[in-house]
Amino acid sequence: MAMIEIKDVSKWYGSFQVLTDCTTSVEKGEVIVVCGPSGSGKSTLIKTVNALEPVQKGDIFVDGVKVNDPKTNLPKLRARVGMVFQHFELFPHLTVRQNLSLAQTLVLGRAQREADERGLRYLDRVGLASHKDKFPGQLSGGQQQRVAIARALSMDPICMLFDEPTSALDPEMINEVLEVMQQLATEGMTMMVVTHEMGFANRVANRVIFMDAGHIVEDAPKAEFFGKPRSERAQQFLAKILHH
Amino acid sequence: MFGQFDFGVITRNLPYLIKVGMMFTLELTALVIVLGIVFGTLLAMMRLSSIRVLSAFATAYINLMRSVPLVLVIFWFYFLVPYIGAWIIRSPTPVRVGAFLSSVITYSMFEAAYYAEIMRAGIQSIPRGQVWAGYALGLNYWQSMARIVLPQAFRNMVPILLTQTIVMFQDTSLVYVLSITDFLGAASKIAERDGRYVELYIFAAVVYFVICVIISVLVRRLQRRIAVIR
Repeated sequence: MAMIEIKDVSKWYGSFQVLTDCTTSVEKGEVIVVCGPSGSGKSTLIKTVNALEPVQKGDIFVDGVKVNDPKTNLPKLRARVGMVFQHFELFPHLTVRQNLSLAQTLVLGRAQREADERGLRYLDRVGLASHKDKFPGQLSGGQQQRVAIARALSMDPICMLFDEPTSALDPEMINEVLEVMQQLATEGMTMMVVTHEMGFANRVANRVIFMDAGHIVEDAPKAEFFGKPRSERAQQFLAKILHH
Repeated sequence: MFGQFDFGVITRNLPYLIKVGMMFTLELTALVIVLGIVFGTLLAMMRLSSIRVLSAFATAYINLMRSVPLVLVIFWFYFLVPYIGAWIIRSPTPVRVGAFLSSVITYSMFEAAYYAEIMRAGIQSIPRGQVWAGYALGLNYWQSMARIVLPQAFRNMVPILLTQTIVMFQDTSLVYVLSITDFLGAASKIAERDGRYVELYIFAAVVYFVICVIISVLVRRLQRRIAVIR
């Protein structure tokens, strides 16, 4: 059974169709990169996996649980799926330590002390242990995104979703975030990553999905995708993004 | 020029003015701030709800309250609340509510409509990504509201909440239409009894002014303390 399964998913904003019959899956321990031009629906697709975006047609399963079923306990499911956002979305009124422990205590029912310990352990892993009492606004973008990753990991997720985690970062901060993600991948975390970082895709991904205008145009193993993409659209995209 | 005035009338009656009058005004204001913001926040959440019945009710309520003069609402509740109370506890006769409780209910219901619009703007000022982040971590609607959205919305809205509160503090003086002895009521009773209108109304104005300035300063301090570092 795949960790994430997306079957014939379509989504409309009013009469505008953003996703058309998208089908793919992510196996346990697999890292897949989703790329494509802006407006292609890749960010929308990844948000359907934990139902931040509802879908009108098709089915989505995470670890065998149907996401788009009104009977599904969404908070419970989401607590098991880590997500990292383009704009970090740390809670600016809480310290780093509180950001890390809030959902652990509220959702998982952990004691404050236990939540703090676990949060600080992950904070240490992303190299920011000394910043635990700062507010997000006092950190750089790269640091904030690493805290956001630590926050997601503190929940012991079964898989991680990354929605353009480096797009809002200054160039010199991109690598510190990618390194953390790469480390996570080598430890066997199941990851779905929306990104334009083709170097990262080439190093870390098992498969690459290319989207255009709401369609999954290519879904191929990394070597095949970078070797000779079948669609013309993907060839153009790669040519532009690799030679700029 | 002030020769014929007797400002001693103020010091002689200070205990009454403060203990009876000002206590009523401050207690009423404090209770209405708390209840008004609580009800107002709930109304704002209802108004922004995707459940149509809730948002329609909240919209209608807010618009109604904001379209009628406060004095009218004061009369309205003063005569209506005893009957509503009787209906709630199924009593055959109107319930005696008392001037203080009646004022608290009236002002809370009225101010809630204004606080609701402020809190609505506050809630809408929080980026959608913050709510997403809360949901993605497994928080439910109430948890993300209580721990993520409202604390930030409230901080953003402190200056406007303050302005509204100062207006409300001054508006509490309208309870005089119910012959209630608030601060202004106490001042005017003495003014009439002793024929010292000018002295007491000047004093009342000064007191309202000083209290409003003090509240402003205190809130500005509070705002600096709870400010979010960006």
